[in-house]
Amino acid sequence: MANDVVATDDPAALPDGLPGVVADYSGDKEAFHIHWGKAMMWIFLLSDTFIFSCFLTGYMKVRMTTTVPWPNPSEVFALTLFGQSIPLILIAIMTFILITSSGTMALAVNYGYRKDRKTTALLLIATCVLGASFVGMQAFEWTKLIEEGVRPWGNPFGAAQFGSSFFMITGFHGLHVSAGVVYLAVTAWRVWTGFYDRKGSYATVEAAGLYWHFVDLVWVFIFAFFYLW
Amino acid sequence: MEQAEQSEGQQHPLGIYFKIWVMLFVVSGFSYMVDYVGFQGNLRWVLILTFMWLKASFIVAVFMHMRWERPAFIATILVPPICLGVLVFLMAIEAEYTFLTRLVTFVAEQVPMGHGAEH
Repeated sequence: MANDVVATDDPAALPDGLPGVVADYSGDKEAFHIHWGKAMMWIFLLSDTFIFSCFLTGYMKVRMTTTVPWPNPSEVFALTLFGQSIPLILIAIMTFILITSSGTMALAVNYGYRKDRKTTALLLIATCVLGASFVGMQAFEWTKLIEEGVRPWGNPFGAAQFGSSFFMITGFHGLHVSAGVVYLAVTAWRVWTGFYDRKGSYATVEAAGLYWHFVDLVWVFIFAFFYLW
Repeated sequence: MEQAEQSEGQQHPLGIYFKIWVMLFVVSGFSYMVDYVGFQGNLRWVLILTFMWLKASFIVAVFMHMRWERPAFIATILVPPICLGVLVFLMAIEAEYTFLTRLVTFVAEQVPMGHGAEH
């Protein structure tokens, strides 16, 4: 009995914990008991993690090495609302919008697995709209900063590296959000037209969800390191 | 118990998503307050990093379903980023050196009596 080859793909019948890690890696077959689309999305996101980390580490280095004072983000990103200057307010609103979109995405994945086609599609569209509004606000932020004279090679507030870090990091993140909006729109269309019902699996919706949550995750780090430092 | 239909993918009660959703809002509110109130120095760093890791963990563990995946897969995805810590550590040391070198060569030259960092 003890030497029986584990010939099952049912996660419940496989060992857990560290023996589970060994059993999965030495199983001489598919290592991961997970939908291939999800696994591939995670691998892609892992590589994306390294790209964003390189940007953030580069930003850390230029910020630590400059002898010129760094512009105060709290003041640079302040907005005058109702005659009062509120620090970082637009960034805070953008953060809350992205969190909200992450929530609607999580619900979309859940309703997808319940095979609730219409609710899933509507939640995906809501996520798209929130994502698009995030990009819109970012465009507003960029316009405001460019009008104030912030350029990749210099700005009136302090260290020149501020502009290059800002445009590169938020630009690359904004590109991810924009691509995500298109990706989710396509997924929403496929859900609406019953593509995944005919296919019999909504796992692809979860893979799209992973991408979207990752975009939110990266923003958490950008918010902490770029805007709050 | 419809085991056959339950077998596909990650299915969890909606409640946990709403709980995490609310937590993300609350913690984001906290990290915004760090700036609004204007905490400085080490306290600011401790608060910023705590809230950041809390939010990141919530998103990865629940929204991205990582806590329900098998350990082999979790290890495959979450172990490699640890080497990024090494990169950050090395770059921080290097940055300190570059900063001091710049102080000595660029800033000190402009101030005849030295102690360029004060100006």
